[in-house]
Amino acid sequence: MSALDRATALELYRVMRTIRQFEARAVQLFGENKIWGTIHSYAGQEGVAVGVCAHLRDDDWITSTHRGHGHCIAKGADVGRMFAELLGRETGYCRGRGGSMHIADTSKGNLGANGIVGGGIPIATGAALTATYTGSDRVAVSFFGDGGANQGTLHESMNLAAIWKLPVLFVCENNQYAETNPVKDAFAVEDISLRAAGYGMPGVRVNGQDVRETYRVAADAVARARSGLGPTFIVAETYRYEGHYYGDPQVYRTKDEIEDWRAKRDPLVIARTWLTTDRLASEADLARVDREVDAEIEKGVAFAEAGEPASPIRLPEDVYAG
Amino acid sequence: MTEKSNVQAVHDTLLGEFRRDERHILLGEDVGVRGGVFRVSDGFIEEFGADRIIDTPVAESSIVGIAIGAAIGGLRPVAEMQFADFHAPAFEQIVNEAARMRYRSVGAFGVPLVIRMPWGGGVRGALYHSQSVEAFYAHVPGLKVVAPSTPADITGMLRSALRDADPVVFLEHKAIYRSVKGDVPDGDYTIPLGPADVKREGADITVYAYGISLHHALAAAERLAADGVQATVVDVRSLRPLDAETVLREARKTGKCLIVYEDNRLFGAGAEIAALIAEEAFEDLDAPVMRLGGPEIPAMPFNKPQEDWFMPSPEKIAVKMRELAAY
Ligand SMILES: Cc1ncc(C[n+]2csc(CCOP(=O)(O)OP(=O)(O)O)c2C)c(N)n1
Ligand SMILES: [Mg+2]
Repeated sequence: MSALDRATALELYRVMRTIRQFEARAVQLFGENKIWGTIHSYAGQEGVAVGVCAHLRDDDWITSTHRGHGHCIAKGADVGRMFAELLGRETGYCRGRGGSMHIADTSKGNLGANGIVGGGIPIATGAALTATYTGSDRVAVSFFGDGGANQGTLHESMNLAAIWKLPVLFVCENNQYAETNPVKDAFAVEDISLRAAGYGMPGVRVNGQDVRETYRVAADAVARARSGLGPTFIVAETYRYEGHYYGDPQVYRTKDEIEDWRAKRDPLVIARTWLTTDRLASEADLARVDREVDAEIEKGVAFAEAGEPASPIRLPEDVYAG
Repeated sequence: MTEKSNVQAVHDTLLGEFRRDERHILLGEDVGVRGGVFRVSDGFIEEFGADRIIDTPVAESSIVGIAIGAAIGGLRPVAEMQFADFHAPAFEQIVNEAARMRYRSVGAFGVPLVIRMPWGGGVRGALYHSQSVEAFYAHVPGLKVVAPSTPADITGMLRSALRDADPVVFLEHKAIYRSVKGDVPDGDYTIPLGPADVKREGADITVYAYGISLHHALAAAERLAADGVQATVVDVRSLRPLDAETVLREARKTGKCLIVYEDNRLFGAGAEIAALIAEEAFEDLDAPVMRLGGPEIPAMPFNKPQEDWFMPSPEKIAVKMRELAAY
């Protein structure tokens, strides 16, 4: 295992914890009927977004999915503005127009969560084309699920990225289900990363529950992309704790299965264990981070609740540039 | 007669036809084990098995494309777009393939396929779960496009669609899946794809609508009746074929016409209906044909005041109806 320094290790934990607490609070707000529509929780998958985005600069791009809160936070989004968007406030990232599934922050290279499964994949690929064209060393990462991996867009984009050697990472978060559809019914191969060979790029399968692993794999892939060697396909094995959406009756999986992942493969528990055993952090350090994260989350919720509800008045704006 | 909701009507009609004709298969995301996200195929996989009720990966283009091939091969597939918004990857297959197959084979073979799409706003679904898609498809000869909005119409027209020889885009407004209930005739009851239906008679103005707008227009008509203005309300439940005869007859009767629809106003169904009336019934008009449609923004906004601003409502329709009546 490549040695992680203390600061980096603790930062990985902090961001994962922020995502976990954000989701817990979002679910609570949803339960209080303060959020309309649907939210898709990223809880359980924190190790993926955090391990990958740790290697990205603000001028690198990502595209995200309907389950996008984790990617947004890992790419530096402000949780206050995120909560504000969930609550439909003027102060939200989309000025209350979008809600959970549409948060974007171009100042941090986040080209957006997306309500269309597979919709972001070619966009990340195109962002990578920009990097090549302008001769910069920026990279793009497209996050998508096992479900998204079966849209045509992934196959077209992987081929194009490979023949044009684009600096893009295709990061498939295999959380075992697409809504109710289990991966065993959606793929004829057990290892999705095998697909990479057919397009002529490296394919890596990684344990998404150990952020050290995703961090290591992404380090190689990002370095490869930055130095002009082309794309990588990463498949992170992971799990979502909540249902597909908040309130999903989850007829397609068992309580035992969920409990098993939570008990044995929780990315935060795993991180706490190695942080302390490798003496990268003390229990006191972790408790301090937890307190700081809680405070940040509460501050964010307070900011959001203080925001003006988004009004229709400015809706006709932004349809065109001028 | 049996009272049921719109979504129950979809479910029961599909169930009956699947029992009647083994050539029907259903393809879509989460239609099997989950019984569909709107519970439309609840219990189907248990009764008909996984060979007929097929949970597909997320791949709309192939869901429809494979259904087209299966239809040509002799089956009578039903393809479900989980939300109408997700139709776009399948657009190519629907427009370029399904719609043209009979024409380009000079009638040798066609595509007996029903593509179901839950559409429309009013459910806080925001940009990607609220869309109106009827205009894209109503523009295309070779397709049939229907949007029935009462349990009886859904029952009769879905049965006809399932027995039709050509591809039908079957639009179900999801905001009225459960809120609208009504009596459905028992037995093998069908309504042909085509005829519009006069849902309310009134001598002063004529309002054309479909989907949730129809129900709002009927509510608005009641309000105006209290003020002594009587409105005819025509349910344009079939957009292609469009029932020109009924549209024109009802236009001539009052000479004052309003078309209400939730889709973006420009180039929408209202434009076609207005043009038809202007071309054919000009001499009988007492006012310009009016349209009340969605605003010129690319997608449904999220929060409640914003969505309300986008969506039609009895209040907004009543204002427009009064303007027309007073002309
Ligand atoms: C084009 C399109 N088709 C269908 C849907 C409905 N839908 C939303 S999420 C989802 C499953 C996605 O599964 P996956 O990509 O594995 O992501 P996960 O939800 O597991 O994070 C589906 C089918 C959609 N949003 N867009
Ligand atoms: Mg998944």
